[in-house]
Amino acid sequence: MRSIMSILSVFSILLSALLSSYAMSRDGIQVVGSSTVYPFSTVVAERYGRSSGSLTPTIESTGSGGGMKLFCSGVGVNHPDITNSSRRMKKSEFERCMENGVEEIIEVQIGYDGIVIANAVEAADLNISRKDLFLALAEMVPTDKEGELIENPYTSWKEVNSDLPDLEIEVLGPPPTSGTRDAFAELGLEGGCKTFDWIAKLKKTDKNAYKQICHTVREDGHYVEAGENDNLIVQKLNANPDALGIFGFSFLDQNADKVKGSKIESISPTFDSIADKSYSISRPLYFYVKKAHIGVVPGIKGFLREFTSERAWGEDGYLADKGMIPLPEEERFLAAKNTRSLTAMTGKEPLQ
Amino acid sequence: MSKDNRALIKQSLKRRNRAERNFQWFGKLGVALGLAAVVLLFVDIISKGSGAFRATYIQLEIEYDPEAIGILNVNDTEEFIFANWQNLAKKSLRDLFPEVTKRGERRKLNNLVSEGSGFDFRDQLTQNPSLWGTKETLWILADDDIDTYYKSWLDDDPFSARLTSEQIKWIDQLHNDDLIALKFNTKFFERGDSREPEQAGIKGALIGSFFTLILTLLMSFPMGVTAAIYLEEFAPKNKWTDLIEVNINNLAAVPSIIFGLLGLAIFINFFGIPRSIPVLGAIVLALMTLPTIIITSRAAIKSVPPSIREAALGVGASKFQTTLHHVLPLSLPGMLTGAIIGMARALGETAPLLMIGMVAFIVDIPGGFTDPATVLPVQIFLWIDSPERAFVEKTSAAIIILLSFLMVMNFVAVYLRKRLERRW
Repeated sequence: MRSIMSILSVFSILLSALLSSYAMSRDGIQVVGSSTVYPFSTVVAERYGRSSGSLTPTIESTGSGGGMKLFCSGVGVNHPDITNSSRRMKKSEFERCMENGVEEIIEVQIGYDGIVIANAVEAADLNISRKDLFLALAEMVPTDKEGELIENPYTSWKEVNSDLPDLEIEVLGPPPTSGTRDAFAELGLEGGCKTFDWIAKLKKTDKNAYKQICHTVREDGHYVEAGENDNLIVQKLNANPDALGIFGFSFLDQNADKVKGSKIESISPTFDSIADKSYSISRPLYFYVKKAHIGVVPGIKGFLREFTSERAWGEDGYLADKGMIPLPEEERFLAAKNTRSLTAMTGKEPLQ
Repeated sequence: MSKDNRALIKQSLKRRNRAERNFQWFGKLGVALGLAAVVLLFVDIISKGSGAFRATYIQLEIEYDPEAIGILNVNDTEEFIFANWQNLAKKSLRDLFPEVTKRGERRKLNNLVSEGSGFDFRDQLTQNPSLWGTKETLWILADDDIDTYYKSWLDDDPFSARLTSEQIKWIDQLHNDDLIALKFNTKFFERGDSREPEQAGIKGALIGSFFTLILTLLMSFPMGVTAAIYLEEFAPKNKWTDLIEVNINNLAAVPSIIFGLLGLAIFINFFGIPRSIPVLGAIVLALMTLPTIIITSRAAIKSVPPSIREAALGVGASKFQTTLHHVLPLSLPGMLTGAIIGMARALGETAPLLMIGMVAFIVDIPGGFTDPATVLPVQIFLWIDSPERAFVEKTSAAIIILLSFLMVMNFVAVYLRKRLERRW
């Protein structure tokens, strides 16, 4: 019995020694964050790894919020070097980073992603406004009387806007944990919500109430949470031509034979309309780098260089092939310059 | 009276027979439904996934001309980093279609071959510098959009949304000249994950699964077996051991994601083990399979007849010797079966790994227990979430491979039981 015990204890000592020796250093870059940026970040990582011959960065899709939490938890090899985000860093997150000693953060905006409202190709073409979206999907909608809200009574698109076909409102979209949902609420629903003057005024006086009205999605079955998997939404739209779906532009791009994007305020979601911002539901994509890790974890500089090179994020770059909408040329050059000179955030940026 | 009884029995016999028949029918129906579901699953997955084992290749004559790709000195491997390797394939495509001159069209033409083929040229010429200046006719991997189109076109249901009409024309021309063909997809078994579907392979995930499972087995099997032996042979029967037994049974039923949370809270946040490595995955999976192994091992020990123990003790063996020399060898087949079934479960697990960073994009094939790695089911999860159409068949192919491993493991478990089990 004693010999078995000693074998076991030797085994566990060896294991812990092995682990602690490993924990001292890390050779590969660790990236966490948004599932929307993930497909772009991974392409860059792979190209960087293969062309430079160094280790390929490891990329985890944790969601924007989850990524920020990991990123801001501290400096050192046990914490990730880079986090991707499909929205700008929040003020609270920036402060959290500061508290935990992550003092120098480099912010890089990489491009845009459009959010599309799509239906099956054989279904009718739709031209929806953001106001229609808000009226169709919000939990509480305003009546003709100023200041009055009622529970959403609309069941058909025709009731929302007489120009739209008489289709039952059935929208498949992402759950609240998703960054796509946040962006959709902010850009789509809030955009429509603001068209009511008294609600727009509320923004200054009672921000919470304003957000509550504009961002809350109805839960009576007309909005269906379809999970984080956008491919699944595409399949479901194909099976049910009456339904609409909400997902990222890259999925529309890849499934153009199955689904088509509805026009938003008469503008179709295309590569160009998102790039010149005439398509209203698009959002910026970012990543954040821990400056303290540059030089400690090898390869971060090279990775940044690859990401901000014209062959990656340029107009004809390989990220555009993957469905990312590039920044306008001037902004791109400025961002590339700031990134290469490793300019950190000052804390004076207008963070929300 | 007896006649009445007989009539009564006769009457009820009919009813009882009917009940039995109905029961059998329900049983058969259940089995049939189960089988139908399995058949449906297999047909669906195999029909979707079989395409991934073959890839579209385009035959090109490649001239290894250092100047064309910006290399001045072929002996200086530093220059290899910045060379435009893809140009070797591009140049050959341009020679094939000399009528294409416009810039935009040329870009479309270049997109016929995989973006990764340049790296293959680099690897080849690094290994074999004597190729410089020679010409070679090669089958070059096509881009994933071309691959999807060509396969769907061969099936008479062309998917052309991602291609221009020129590209379709070029593919037609290549097809007529027999310069485009489906061939066995070696990349799928040679490479790790990739964001280019045609370059993506299963090897990284396979090796990751191998490392993780080996460590899981090494950690959970000895620990599980010793725990089972102690509880079954040595531990006193009292309230404490009862409590432990109840808890082990409870632990076996705990959802696997809880073990992931445990791994995150204790091993990453407290012990500071790095994320995404097989060692960490193995610790979490070992904790998860431990209760299963303890329970099956105890059952195996229980099935050894007491007469064996009594005989050993009777000829003067100590309790420890009895256990080690007689009980353990006799119960080992049962324990192994339990371990294999536990491992099969661990092989198919993603939920606990989600928490500890093994659900990640990892390109490099892991070379050891402490290299970042991912596992087979995670690879499936990542591919099914990718927007590129060509990943659909990759996903199904990965499922085929995972299922075949699971079947082999279960088969080995059954075989071991049949082969080694002793009946008393």
